[in-house]
Amino acid sequence: MTSAATGALTHPETSRRLSPHLAWLEAQSIHIIREVAAEFARPVMLYSIGKDSAVMLHLARKAFYPSKPPFPLLHVDTTWKFREMIAFRDWITREYGWELRVHINEDGVRRGIGPFASGSAVHTQVMKTEALKQALEAGGYDAAFGGARRDEEKSRAKERVFSHRTATHAWDPRNQRPELWHLYNTQIAKGESMRVFPLSNWTERDVWHYIAAESIPVVPLYFAAERPVVERDGALIMVDDERFPLAPGETPQMRKVRFRTLGCYPLTGAIESDAETLADVIAELESSSVSERQGRVIDKDAGASMERKKREGYF
Amino acid sequence: MNAVHPLPSTQPDAPEKFTADAPARGLLRFLTCGSVDDGKSTLIGRLLYETRAVFDDQYSALEDDSRRVGTTGGDIDFALLVDGLEAEREQGITIDVAYRYFSTPRRSFIVADTPGHEQYTRNMATGASNADLAILLIDARKGLLTQTRRHSVIASLLGIRHVVLAVNKIDLVGFDQATFDAIVADYEVFARDLGFLSVQAIPLSARFGDNICVPSASTPWYEGPTLLGHLETIDAAGRDGNGQFRLPVQWVNRPNLDFRGFSGTIAGGRVAVGDEVVAAGSGKRSHVARIVTFDGDLPAAEAGDAVTLVLADEIDAPRGEVFADPRHRPIVATRLAARLVWMADEMLVPGRSYNLKLGTRTVPATVRAIRHYLDIETLAETPVVSLGLNAIGLVEIETLVPVAFDAYTDNRELGAFILIDRFTNATVAAGMAVEALGATNVHRHGFDVDRAARADIKRQRPLVLWFTGLPGSGKSTIANLVEAKLHALGRHTTTLDGDALRQGLNADLGFDAASRTENIRRVGEVARLMADAGLIVLCAFVSPFRADRDRVRERFAPGEFVEIFVDAPPEVCAERDPKGLYAQAKEGRIAAFTGVDQGYEPPLDPELRLDAAGPDPEALAATVVERVEALVLGAGSSAETSAEL
Repeated sequence: MTSAATGALTHPETSRRLSPHLAWLEAQSIHIIREVAAEFARPVMLYSIGKDSAVMLHLARKAFYPSKPPFPLLHVDTTWKFREMIAFRDWITREYGWELRVHINEDGVRRGIGPFASGSAVHTQVMKTEALKQALEAGGYDAAFGGARRDEEKSRAKERVFSHRTATHAWDPRNQRPELWHLYNTQIAKGESMRVFPLSNWTERDVWHYIAAESIPVVPLYFAAERPVVERDGALIMVDDERFPLAPGETPQMRKVRFRTLGCYPLTGAIESDAETLADVIAELESSSVSERQGRVIDKDAGASMERKKREGYF
Repeated sequence: MNAVHPLPSTQPDAPEKFTADAPARGLLRFLTCGSVDDGKSTLIGRLLYETRAVFDDQYSALEDDSRRVGTTGGDIDFALLVDGLEAEREQGITIDVAYRYFSTPRRSFIVADTPGHEQYTRNMATGASNADLAILLIDARKGLLTQTRRHSVIASLLGIRHVVLAVNKIDLVGFDQATFDAIVADYEVFARDLGFLSVQAIPLSARFGDNICVPSASTPWYEGPTLLGHLETIDAAGRDGNGQFRLPVQWVNRPNLDFRGFSGTIAGGRVAVGDEVVAAGSGKRSHVARIVTFDGDLPAAEAGDAVTLVLADEIDAPRGEVFADPRHRPIVATRLAARLVWMADEMLVPGRSYNLKLGTRTVPATVRAIRHYLDIETLAETPVVSLGLNAIGLVEIETLVPVAFDAYTDNRELGAFILIDRFTNATVAAGMAVEALGATNVHRHGFDVDRAARADIKRQRPLVLWFTGLPGSGKSTIANLVEAKLHALGRHTTTLDGDALRQGLNADLGFDAASRTENIRRVGEVARLMADAGLIVLCAFVSPFRADRDRVRERFAPGEFVEIFVDAPPEVCAERDPKGLYAQAKEGRIAAFTGVDQGYEPPLDPELRLDAAGPDPEALAATVVERVEALVLGAGSSAETSAEL
């Protein structure tokens, strides 16, 4: 798939009507997105450039058509994303005509924080979690959309669609609200905010089937290609730029790989794959035997549970 | 291990193959009810495993966990596939529902898993609100338990119409048919009045997989479907209520001056281009000109579709307005009866103002009265003054402005609401509208704490019991007895005593006709202030002049002033003479004494006449109390009665 390069916005070979299940998921997500636009003063949509974000952006465009979505996009840039992700981000937001705000934790940059110099935990904390808080505070946002899904990880199974955050962006597990019917309690006190997850009920499989059915462009890194990789702790890490510290005499190997999830390139493991097209990716997913998070270095850090990160303000 | 289910064999080529996601029956959302001991987590884990929603890395983690902490002696413990909700609750984390996802070639499933014992009502209500079917887990060794009844009642209240009775651990009763049949027979009796459209009982073993996906060889006597087979095929429709068109306006879509659309999710029925629609709140009508979506205009749309309506006429409909079929409109009212599931630690007390969110509308609302508390084990309805955490009750609610709604049984989307605390912003209750109260097109009115509100919180209506009669007729004696009886019944009362008032407020007044008139006027005003406070006010005054009493009566709403003529002949009164006043008057030491040298004008049409010639004030007091209770209880909420009586 080369939509980013060619500017093509469709996968003509795959476009078709939605299944009842996907139509239901789509309508439910649109309802959630509209509810936020109607009930919050300053919403923002977090854009992580991945496949889930791609679906979320697409749903937001549908929700308000023929109007444009009445909120900006926000990307928290850790400065370690794949270069193709950044290129895709700039291309798609231009293509959609959607305002993109980019935030980088400049203090972290000055301190030289990075996955190699500081380790994944500190890097994620400073360049992602703290950066996100800075951006939300600077923007005065009272609601922030995220693309998280409940099926990603078993601790997320009980996450609310509307997740209440205190004025310090903390997630207070004792202060979450029951969600009945489609009635979301959007009331917050001054300074507090809401994280909203319109894809809560989607599975990885739903996301890919929807991308296919709706011809949604995604970053080419999801498709197999020859890429320069090295092995680190059993994971295949792509050498995306000159900042990658190769061992003396080490040269990256060209392997045919793709990514199931995207993040900071030094923290994202590739999988060997021949899936070059969307159809291939879905076929591979249907017969895959490992979960998508397996490639994420961040989940494996000892003690760094999703639970703890969430309380600290991670999405 | 092959981790994701195989594709349907009917999909021949690759592009078809990956869009083979279209299971004909779409989605089934179900709820699992039961405690950990019943094997609920094991059952969910088993379903995830059998439908290959478990990946290799998760499976190897499961094998490790089963060896380390499993309860199955080294076998795979499927319960470990689902997160330990109980443990998290011990850490104080509020979890109402955890959601799991799996799919088969025929259907996609969303499982709402609620933690067991404590908080079951709140959690179950939350899970059930978005479910089409409930699986009730029963341990075959234990049979039906109280909690099975609770779960069934809550599922029924929340509108679930399809139930699976999962008789689990059938292996532990030796796959015995008689045990199974006895449980099923018990359940049929007890679920008879719960309104379920289907109840499917299945003998199974979640641990060993019997009758989960394939019929078990150990239960040859069972001819019904497997659990998964049933879930895949059941038609769980039938909860969309009366099918009448409803579209709550969620967001007004105005990209430019030439386009005005009303965006929202259709909450019932179907709408087509050309249909006439009415805005339920304003009553304005128009026709549907376009049904707009990102993917192009639609000729028609139905319940569940998120669309944007463009109307033929320019009509104003803000967020919260509801478009409907003009022939079948929703109720528009400020007062409704509703079932409430109370979800907060703090008690529900009538009279306090909350925000009520129904459809896309949020308005201030007050619970005016609690009609009763529903015991979900016995289904007994008990009058109560407040509702605590997890209690279910029938209440009367008044909203600040009219709200469009349907009865929950007619339309779940437009019959459901939540109450939000206006200070803590917590969701404190889930509500299900039952019906409108009183006129359904009422006009708005003030929302201050008024006499109705003050009386409501006392669960009564304000009344003035005006005892009039000759000195010595027994007014004070009877009034005192009445007050004691009302007090014992939990009524809030006070007594205005003539002597006490003449020593204080009316110390400046004498006993001439003008002073007597002023005395009664002041007593009437004080009684009115007391009634405004929501009290039942007992006044025992000779009040000899009809005009004076009528002037007091005029200060009250119709029905609030209850004139009680304590009728005893003058000679009887003179004989009783409890204060020795008749004697003094006869001796000329008291001037203008009623009954001696001043006339008494008996009431022409009192609410109550007591024949006080006899010696039994108790019986007379009982007559009064009976009348008062009829007035207080018989007329429903005081908001209603103070307006009508």
